Amino acid sequence: MRRLAAVAMLGVSVCLLLGAADGSWLRRVPDADRARLNPLPDKAAAAEAGAHVYAAECARCHGDQAQGRGNRPPLKSDRVAHATDGELAWLLKNGNSWKGMPSWSSMPDARRWQVVAYLRSMNPPVAPRRDPSQGEQK
Amino acid sequence: MNFRSTVLSVALFATPVAAAQAQEPPYFVTYSHIMEEPGNLEIASQNVGAAPKNANPFYAQTLEVEYGVTAWYTAEVYLQGQSTLHDSTVFTGFRFENRFRPLRSEHRINPVLYVEYEDHNQADKSFLEITDHAVITDQQVANALLRASVERAVEGKLILSSNFNGFNLSENIIAEKNLTNEPWEFGYAVGAGRSLASAASAKDCRFCREYFAVGGELFGGLGTRYDFGFKGTSIYAGPTLAYNSPRNYTVTVGPEFGLNANSAAVLWRLKVAYEFSQVRDLFRRTR
Repeated sequence: MRRLAAVAMLGVSVCLLLGAADGSWLRRVPDADRARLNPLPDKAAAAEAGAHVYAAECARCHGDQAQGRGNRPPLKSDRVAHATDGELAWLLKNGNSWKGMPSWSSMPDARRWQVVAYLRSMNPPVAPRRDPSQGEQK
Repeated sequence: MNFRSTVLSVALFATPVAAAQAQEPPYFVTYSHIMEEPGNLEIASQNVGAAPKNANPFYAQTLEVEYGVTAWYTAEVYLQGQSTLHDSTVFTGFRFENRFRPLRSEHRINPVLYVEYEDHNQADKSFLEITDHAVITDQQVANALLRASVERAVEGKLILSSNFNGFNLSENIIAEKNLTNEPWEFGYAVGAGRSLASAASAKDCRFCREYFAVGGELFGGLGTRYDFGFKGTSIYAGPTLAYNSPRNYTVTVGPEFGLNANSAAVLWRLKVAYEFSQVRDLFRRTR
């Protein structure tokens, strides 16, 4: 019985560790995806629609004001501000399942770009890091 | 109607919710690679009714409780029952299901491994999958006889799923092994679906096109290890329509038509689901 409990504790610990967001996903983004630009022409309208998508799908984990919740990171952050649109779109599509972020690949492309526009409206872009592996890791 | 039947009937008819994830494709039987979001709890009621030729009309309900343990692991429990006209209402069994997504990035084809333990009797009419040579004439037997035969089985599915241009295409290959000395049984399910709108509306609306999804699915049995193939099995196909409310509930409806003489003419399906967001936060200490 004790052995079973120990195995269960170990499993839970691994799951919690995996749930910690550390920004390491940035290293996995292919260069072609990193360089992609938001194709939606009207960024203000896209951000407005993206706010609805954010409220429906993202706020439950990242907070209504993108302030983060528990070990789920804030989206008003230096990391998001430094990320390119392409990197954010890649993360939404692929997720980071080993760190707790689900894939949103079933969401149509246009809707994901609307979310990117909303995130960008909260985080005005700054010069992207040249080497994501040397960037700030929260 | 005795006490147990009454309790089961109340549970079956009064249970209000059954959930599908907001981004989940509109399928009843087919699984995609979309997992439950970590920390979310979904409660769903999947209902199926049919009036087969030469058998009594029936209504079956499956109560599903699904939890996203991590982004790559979803666990689920099913409780099943059915009510047959001119016969009885019975609890038919339960299932424990686990789905694992082994690859962490999105690919053209995304595999998911599915492992399930099921303990149900032969009166099960949930049509959550079809394996072996299950045919509609099996339903002609009285519940009292069917429920006496209990099946304990382990079922595995290989789920292959792709998302492209807003479409989802999923294929499931099913293998089931009764834990008694019976041969492996096989089945399949295929589904395709799409949201009605690619982009979200900037308006604050509850019935915008983006909240609706349409699709279709096809499923059937493939016989056993010794008698593999489409011969002597049932096949169903039909369209589905889902409404993914922004208020966390999902309603999916659709008829599934029997494509051969071994099938019922139509299975009428309704699934209602409600998703409780971030249930795990209730058990976290405030930071």
